Amino acid sequence: MSVSQALPGPHRRDMDPYLIRDGHGGHGGRDYPTGRGEGGPAPRNVVVAYGFWIFILSDIIMFSAFFAAHAVLATATAGGPSGRELFDPTHVALETTCLLLSSFTCGLSAVATRARDLLWTEVALLVTGLLGAMFLVLECQEFASFVARGASPERSAFLSSFFAVVGCHGLHVTAGLLWLGTMMAQVCVKGFRPNVLRRLLCFNLFWHALDIIWVALFTIVYLLGLGR
Amino acid sequence: MLGKLTWQAIPFDQPIPLVAGGAVFLVLVAVIIWIIVKGHLPYLWNEWITSVDHKRIGVMYMLLSLLMLLRGFIDGLMMRSQQALAFRAPGYLPPEHYDQIFSAHGTIMIFFGAMPMMIGLMNFVVPLQLGVRDVAFPTLNSTSFWLTATGALLVNLSLVVGEFARTGWLPYPPLSEAQYTPGVGVDYYIWALQISGVGTLLTGVNFVTTILKIRAPGMSYMRMPVFCWTALASNLLIVAAFPVLTATLAMLALDRYLGFHFFTDTAGGNQMMFVNLIWAWGHPEVYILVLPAFGVFSEVIPTFSGKPLFGYRSMVAATLFICLVSFMVWLHHFFTMGAGGDVNAVFGIATSIIAVGTGVKIYNWIFTMYGGRIRFDAPMLWSIGFIITFVIGGMTGVMLAVPPADFELHNSLFLVAHFHNVIIGGVVFGGFAGLTYWFPKAFGFRLHEGWGKAAFWFTLAGFYATFMPLYVAGLLGMTRRLQEYDVAAWRPWVLAAGVGVLITLAGAVCQVTQLVVSIRRRDELRDETGDPWNGRSLEWSTASPPPAFNYAVLPNVHGEEPYWEIKRRTIEAQHLAPEPDYKPIELPRNSPTGFITAFFATITGFALIWQIWWMVGLGLVAAYAVFVIFAWRDKEEYEVPAEEVAAIDRARRSAREQWLAAHAQVGEQV
Repeated sequence: MSVSQALPGPHRRDMDPYLIRDGHGGHGGRDYPTGRGEGGPAPRNVVVAYGFWIFILSDIIMFSAFFAAHAVLATATAGGPSGRELFDPTHVALETTCLLLSSFTCGLSAVATRARDLLWTEVALLVTGLLGAMFLVLECQEFASFVARGASPERSAFLSSFFAVVGCHGLHVTAGLLWLGTMMAQVCVKGFRPNVLRRLLCFNLFWHALDIIWVALFTIVYLLGLGR
Repeated sequence: MLGKLTWQAIPFDQPIPLVAGGAVFLVLVAVIIWIIVKGHLPYLWNEWITSVDHKRIGVMYMLLSLLMLLRGFIDGLMMRSQQALAFRAPGYLPPEHYDQIFSAHGTIMIFFGAMPMMIGLMNFVVPLQLGVRDVAFPTLNSTSFWLTATGALLVNLSLVVGEFARTGWLPYPPLSEAQYTPGVGVDYYIWALQISGVGTLLTGVNFVTTILKIRAPGMSYMRMPVFCWTALASNLLIVAAFPVLTATLAMLALDRYLGFHFFTDTAGGNQMMFVNLIWAWGHPEVYILVLPAFGVFSEVIPTFSGKPLFGYRSMVAATLFICLVSFMVWLHHFFTMGAGGDVNAVFGIATSIIAVGTGVKIYNWIFTMYGGRIRFDAPMLWSIGFIITFVIGGMTGVMLAVPPADFELHNSLFLVAHFHNVIIGGVVFGGFAGLTYWFPKAFGFRLHEGWGKAAFWFTLAGFYATFMPLYVAGLLGMTRRLQEYDVAAWRPWVLAAGVGVLITLAGAVCQVTQLVVSIRRRDELRDETGDPWNGRSLEWSTASPPPAFNYAVLPNVHGEEPYWEIKRRTIEAQHLAPEPDYKPIELPRNSPTGFITAFFATITGFALIWQIWWMVGLGLVAAYAVFVIFAWRDKEEYEVPAEEVAAIDRARRSAREQWLAAHAQVGEQV
C-alpha cells in the first residue's frame, strides 16, 4: 500500500491490479486481495483483461483445430505441388520480421501509454499498423503467386488446409488493424480515460497472441512443410 | 442482385411448411401490431430488448428456449406420426420433407431448446448465488442472447424461404458437400450455427470470468453453490469446445462456397476428419448441457430434503472430473470408423469411466434425501424423476460404450432412445426443475402446483411410453431416420411410441396451461418474503423479484450455505441483522448494441446463405459501425441513489420482519 501511494496519481491502479480496496462491499479486515479467494469482486481492469485472456485462449483453440486439419492433410497433395516446391523461405522470413517488429512496437506503445504520453502512443501504434499492413501485403503477394502457379486451394486438400490456416491468421491481423485504427482514433479523441486504457491493454494482448500463432504457423506449416 | 434468391425459394407446392410458416408469420405480425397499438413498445424496448440486466436476459433466454422446445416437439410429433403411418406405405411426409424435419428437430432441440434453457438458468441464477450485481460483461451478455436469437430466427426462416438441411443434425460430408446437397439447406444450418455459436462462446467467456473473478466477499471457491461449480465447468467446456465447432463449420463452408477440399472425397479430402472434429466439440457439448442440470438438482434436492447437500467436495470433484474426461471420449460416436481394436478399447474404457463421476453424483443426491424431510413439490418431482430415468439412460450408454456391442447398435433406434433418455431425463427435466424452482424468484409468484405436477407425470409417462418401445425396436434392428419401413415386427413398437408422444403432448399442454393459470392467479400465488421454498443459498435472501442491483449491500459469506446461516441466526435472535449503511450503487446502462448487432448479423447470415454478396458487405460494415458507436459512448453507468436503495431494501426487510413475527413460535419450520 505504501509503495503505490508513493507513486504519482494515475499510476496507482495500474501498478497493483490486486490493490486492496478497504471497506468496499462491507468487508474489511480480511487479508485476501480482491478478485481471488474470499476477497470479493476484482477491480474492473483485472476483470476485463482476464476475460480477454479467456477469449484469446478460445481463439487459440480455434486455430488448433485448423492446425489439426493441416496436420491430417499436409501430405494430401493429390499430385499437385507440395510445400517444398512452393514455399519461399526468404519471403516468409520477411513476413515474420514485419510481424515480430510490429509486436515490438506494440510493446513500445504500451510503455508510452503507461507514461501517459499521447504522441508516442500514437506513433508506436501507427508503426505497428504499418508493419502489420506490410505483413498483409506480403502475405497477399504470396497467395497470389501460389494461385498464379496453379496452386490454388481447389487444387488439393493440402493447399486447402494451407490457405485456411494461414488465411485465418491473416483475417485476424486484418481485424486487428481495424481495431488498431479505431483505438488510435479513440486515444486521440477521448484521451487516456480508464476504458480506453483497458481496451489498449486488450489490443496489446491480442496483437502479441497473433504473433505467438504466427510462430507456430512458421514452424509447423512453413518449416516442417519445407522439410517434407 | 439477390444471389440465389428467387420466388422459387417459397415452397408454394408444399402445403405443410407453407401453412405452418404462414400461421407463425400471421401470429407474429398480430403480436407486433398488438404491442404497438397497446403502446407496449417503449416498455418492451427499454425494459427488455435493450436491457443488460442478467435477470432479464435469463428470462428472455428461457422464453426463447420454451418456444423452440415447442417447435422442436412439433417436429418430433410429425416424425412419430409419419412412422406410425409409414408401414409399407408412403405416409404423409415425402422423403425430402421428412429428412428436413429430423434435421431441424435435432438442431433446434440442442442449439435453440436445450442450450438457451441452460444458459438462461445460469444467467438468472449465477450472479445471484455468487452474491454480486451482474455478470462481468453485461452488454456482451445481451449481445450473446440476441446472436442466439438470430440463429433461431434463421433456422425457422428456412421453413418458408428455401429449405433446411436434409443431412441430419450434424451434416456429415460428403453428403453435406455442395456436390451432393446443392441447395441452401446446409447453408442455413452452417450460418445459423456460426452466428449463435459466437453468442454461446461469448457467454462462455463472460461466465468463466464472472465466476472466477466476481464473487461476494468471503465467497471462496469451496463455498460456491454446486450450481455455480457446474456452471463454471460447463462454461469452461464452452470456451474449449465451441471454437472447434466454429472451425469445423468454417471448413465445411469453405468446401461448399469456395471449392476447398477439407472433407470432399476427391483431391485428398478426408471426410472422417469432419466426423472427428465435430465430435471433439459434440461430446463436450453433451456435458455443457447436462452439467448445469446436475447443478439444478444439487440445489433442488437439498432444499426440498431440508438438509445440506451430501458430499459437497466429492460433488465438486466429480463435476471437474466429468469436465476433463468429456474431452477424451469423442471417438465412441463412431467406433465403426475402424480405428482399430486398441483405439476403440481406449475410448470405450474412457467412456465407461466417465460414468463413475455421474455415479458419484447420483449417490450424493440419494444420500442427501436419506433421512431428510422430503417435500414433493414439482421441482423435487422432476429431480426424483431425473434420478431414475437418467440411471437407465446411463446404463444403456455404458452398453453402447462397449465397441463390439456398439457395432450392432450403431445408428439404430436403440441409440436414438439412449440419447433421448439422457437428454430428456437429464437436461429437460433439469430445465423444468430449475424453471419451477426459480420462477418465483424471477417473477414474485409461484407456478401453479397442480398443473406443474400434472405436467411432470404426463411428461414422465410420455417419455417412458415413447422411448422404451424404441429401445426394443432398435434391438430388433430398426435403424434411425427411416421415412418408410416394411418389417412387421417393428410395427407394434413404433405404434406404441406414437401413443407415447401423445402422452408427452398432454404434458406440454399442461406446461402451457400452468403458465397461463399461474399468471392469472398470481395474486394468490404471490411470494412475499423472497424465500418461498425455505431455501439455503444467497438468491433467497433478496426480494422476489430481486431489485436491479440484486443486493443493497454485497453479502458477506462465511460458509457453504450462507443464507441458511443468516436465516437460523435471525430466527434464533428473533430479529433481523441491524440495518446496513446504504450507499449509492452504480449499474451498467441499458444498450441497444446487442439487438442492433444481431439485426445486422441476421442480414449478414441471410445474405451469406443466398450468396447476396453486396448485402454481406453491408451487414459487416454496419456491424463494425455498431462496434465503433458503442465504443464511443461516454457514460457507461448510472447511479441508483442511496435513498432509493434504502427504500427498496427496507420494503424487503419489513416483509421479512412480518414473516418473523407471524412465525415467532414455530422456529425454523416454514
